[in-house]
Parts: sequence; structure tokens; C-alpha cells
Amino acid sequence: MSVAPIVVVRDLVKTFAARGALLRAVDGVSFDVRQGETLGLVGESGSGKSTTGRILVGLEAATSGSINLFGQEISSTRGRVTPGAVRRRLQFVFQDPQNSLNPRMRAQDAIAEPLDVAGGWSRSGRNDRVRELLEMVGLPRSCGDRFPHEFSGGQRQRIGIARALALKPDFVICDEPVSSLDVSMQAQIVNLLLDLQERLGLSYLFIAHDLAVVRSISARVAVMYAGGIVEIAPKRELYTSPRHPYTQALLAAVPRITSNRAHTAVITGELPSQIDTVAGCTFHPRCPLAFERCRAEKPKLREIAPGHLAACHLQNTPA
Amino acid sequence: MTDVMLAVTPPQMLAKRRRFRVLRKLAAHRSFKIGLVLVTILVLCAIIGPMLTGIDPTAMSIRSRFKPPSVRFPFGSDQYGRDILTRVLHGGRLSLSLGLSVALISGVFGALIGVTAGYFRAIDPYVMRLMDALMAFPAILLAIGIGAALGAQASSIVVALSVAYVPRTARIVRASVLVIREMEYLQAARVSGAGDLHIIVKHVLPNCLGPLIVQLTFIFAYAILAEAALSFLGIGPPPPTPSWGNIIAEGRDYSVEAWWVMLFPGLAVSLAALGMNLLGDGLRDVLDPRLKIET
Repeated sequence: MSVAPIVVVRDLVKTFAARGALLRAVDGVSFDVRQGETLGLVGESGSGKSTTGRILVGLEAATSGSINLFGQEISSTRGRVTPGAVRRRLQFVFQDPQNSLNPRMRAQDAIAEPLDVAGGWSRSGRNDRVRELLEMVGLPRSCGDRFPHEFSGGQRQRIGIARALALKPDFVICDEPVSSLDVSMQAQIVNLLLDLQERLGLSYLFIAHDLAVVRSISARVAVMYAGGIVEIAPKRELYTSPRHPYTQALLAAVPRITSNRAHTAVITGELPSQIDTVAGCTFHPRCPLAFERCRAEKPKLREIAPGHLAACHLQNTPA
Repeated sequence: MTDVMLAVTPPQMLAKRRRFRVLRKLAAHRSFKIGLVLVTILVLCAIIGPMLTGIDPTAMSIRSRFKPPSVRFPFGSDQYGRDILTRVLHGGRLSLSLGLSVALISGVFGALIGVTAGYFRAIDPYVMRLMDALMAFPAILLAIGIGAALGAQASSIVVALSVAYVPRTARIVRASVLVIREMEYLQAARVSGAGDLHIIVKHVLPNCLGPLIVQLTFIFAYAILAEAALSFLGIGPPPPTPSWGNIIAEGRDYSVEAWWVMLFPGLAVSLAALGMNLLGDGLRDVLDPRLKIET
């Protein structure tokens, strides 16, 4: 892929004040997303993956770092100042469609809200667009006058997606869009997202904690741990030959029908407190392979194979 | 596939059912129905009653002082020989419209203050401490003070009671706003580029309307009671214009000999307050989706 990236994030940092101390929720995250590509962002709760997405869309202000969207530098540290033209090309799908739809707003008005806010739509043009969007996400054109509670969870998420697509965005951030759905519904929504990507040429940042879901939708996957990206690689490579011990442990923990549970390697310990930052590698207290250097020096994310980056001292030389 | 299978019932029937869902629930709610009937009867009496009797509520007749209830004076007559029935019907106009005005005014201002304080957190402490200060006075005491300052007339009672009830309304609205503002659909609107005004009008207000309406029915009832209490204390709407409160007040010196002077306006006040409370209870049950009612 030689397409220029449409999203470039460099050294993004977000700290929260927590009882007088600083909590580093996002600690120097850098990644690119190319036109038409899906970057999966996986990590456990508290790894900073959602915060990263929320900063991109302007719901949170970054503490430092730079964000370049569609070739335009965004003042990430001030939040909510994303220029309208850029914001329109960047949309967000929320995790829980139960909470992200106003219970007193009809589906058609929820979907049309971005149009209404942007302005410049005639009444009939707006209604046509709403019906078109409903059809696009696989809902009957006539169901626009219903309220959210009259839809199932999967249907509500379809409404959330229709709403995100209203202004014809180029880049959609999906923050755990299927985590609140049951497995069959997850597959439907993932297929819908893939289908829409193909038809509309969308790029996604797909945030999730479910490795299987991320695998089914992403072209590349970034693994986050304790606020930082520990490994980014093309999907196939990451799932078949993970380089970072954390990624290896994560993949080993995925239950397989054929495997014998006794052999599953389990990560011991817990996420480090992000208030008192550990010296060295954030993963070293739990890493089975940690050695002296891991406790002293924080490894940088470096390319260990073409397109494959990992932040681990063990991966010094391309293997 | 179940995801897309929606149309089991014909769409037009569904639409009809949806539109009248709240109304149907209300129609099935017993205390709401009783309240509605009571309030409707009282309002109708106040509107058309005076036209039917055709008697001047201030017409005095020395010869017919303190007549007990009879065919000529169904509710009896007072110390000036005025017809109590006519006075109660006319008094209903003043008392009910006073209650309505207080409910509307404190509703509008309470919502305005509550939404502002709840949504713009920076000014919240200042606004709400002011409301707390107002709330620290008993409503009646505050109304006595303001009523005394503005002079005894119906409009100053409205102002006084509104000032007394605005903090309560504001507090209830603010509490709902505090919940709503954390909802994800507000963030969704913000991502869509919506400004504060759009968010308040489209998302915050519609979602805090339920508790507000319920509160206003109670304020309506309180206001009618408070008007009676203020009149009783001598700072209500001045005579000879009848209000339920001042009929009771005028009759209290003769309550032993002429019980009917106080009884009928007193009944009217009680029924109005009871009716509005029942109405409010019903609305609360139906408008709050978390309370699943068995009907």
C-alpha cells in the first residue's frame, strides 16, 4: 500500500489529574491510517484505546502530541476546535447504541442530526437522505419514525452507523461498536461495516478488546498496553508471528476448540498503576522474558520487519 | 435475519399504537382518571358556573344574611347576604388561574435556571447557592414577605408564590440535567458538531420534561392551598373580589354559627388540591419509563 495516510498521529499524550497525581492514560501513541484501510486498536480495559479515539474526534483534549487529519494539522491539545470541514469527514460510532441514541428522538431525527447541525439541507433532501441511509445500513426505509426503544440492539447500532455516515465521512472511528451485542449480531454488524467500507471507500479506526472481531475487520492491528502501542503489524503477521511478549500472551490466551487448556500461557499480575509510571518497559513487571535492560530503559517502537513494528528490547535485530 | 424482520404488524397500526401509547397508559391509570375528572369538573364550574347562576358575587342583601343552604342559596349566604355558591364559582376563576400562573411561571423560570445550572457547571455553585438561600425560607413565610412588600393583590400573590417555588423546580430540573448531560447521546451530538443551544433544546429539555410536568401539577395544588393560607392571614387577593381563600378568611369569625361559609370554599380547595395531586401521580407513573406500572 503506497497510499498516503489520511490520519497521522504522533506522540499523543493524555494525562488526567487523579488525586494530585498524574495518570498517563495515553502515553506517546503514534500511528497512521491510510485511505480505505482499517486499523484495529486492541487492548485491555484502561489501556487508553478509547481515549485515543475520543481525542481524535475532539471529545477529549490531548495533553500533547500532534494529529494530522486529511493533511490538516489539528490543534489536538485544545479539543473541540476541529474545523467543520475536517470534522465532517471524521465520524464516530459509539459502543452502546442504547445510550448513544436519545430515547425521545425518532430514528430519522437521530440519523439526520448531523445534517441538521451542518445545515443547508432542504426538508425533502434531508428526508431522502435519511431513507437512503436507512437502506444503506439494512433497515427498512419506513422505520424512521420509530423511537430507539422500538428497535433491537443490533438495529440500534445500525442507526448509530447510519448517523455516522450521514455527512459522507472518509474516516470513521468505531469505539467497541459490537461489544454490547451478542455474537451473531456482532458478525452482522462487522459484515455491514466491511460492506460499507467497500462501497464508500471508508477508512476505520476499529477499537475493540476482542481479538477475533478485530481480526475479522482489520487490515492492520495495533496492540495497546498501559497507554502505549506495543506492536503494530499487518493482520496476518500479527496473528501468526507476534513479536511482543504481551501480544504473544494475548493470542495464547484466546481459547481454541482444539487446544488443551493446560498449555495456555497466562499473564500473571495486573496492569501497572499508570500514576506511578514504571521505569523501563511498561510490561516488564509481568513479562516472562524481562531482563536487566527492560527495567531501566523504555523500548521504542521500531520496525523489525517491513510494516511490522514492536516496542521490545528482545526485538533489537530484525529476526 | 431476525434483525431485519420488523413488519409483523401492519405499519399503520403500529404507528397508531405508538402515538397513543402514553394516552392509553394514562387512560388506564385509576388515580389519574379520578384526578382528571375532579380537576375538569372544577375548571368547568369556574368557567361556565358564573354564567349559569347569573348572580353578582358581590351583591349584598342585609335581609338574607347568614341563610343556611336552601333552594335559594344552595351553599347558603354570608354575613353580607351574598350567595356563597356564586362566590365559590367566581372564586374558582381567581384561585385556579392563580394556581396555573404560579405553576407556569415557576415552571419556565425553574427550567431556565435548572438547565443553566446543570448544563454550565461553572456557574452552578453560584446559582444553586442562591436557590438554596431562597429555599431556606419556608415558602409561606417568603410569600408573606413578598406579598406584604408588593401590596395585597392577586398579582403580587402570583409573584410571591412563584419566587417561593422556583428554587424547588430549578433543583428538580437541575438534577435531571445532571443525569442527562452524562448520557452518550450528548457526546454523539457533540461529535456531529452540535453547539450547546442545539444540545439543550433537542436533547436536554425533552428528557427533563417528565419530572418537570409532574412537579408543576404539585405546584399548582400547593399554590391553591397557599393562596387560601395567605388569604386566611389577610394578605390574599383583597375583598370584595372572591377567591376560595378569602371566602374562607371572611367566614372564619362566624364558623360556629354559619359553618357553610367556610365549608364549601374549603371543599373546593381540598378537591382541587387532591385532583391535581392525583393527576400528578398518574403523570409521574406514566412519564417515567423506569416505573413499569401494572394496569
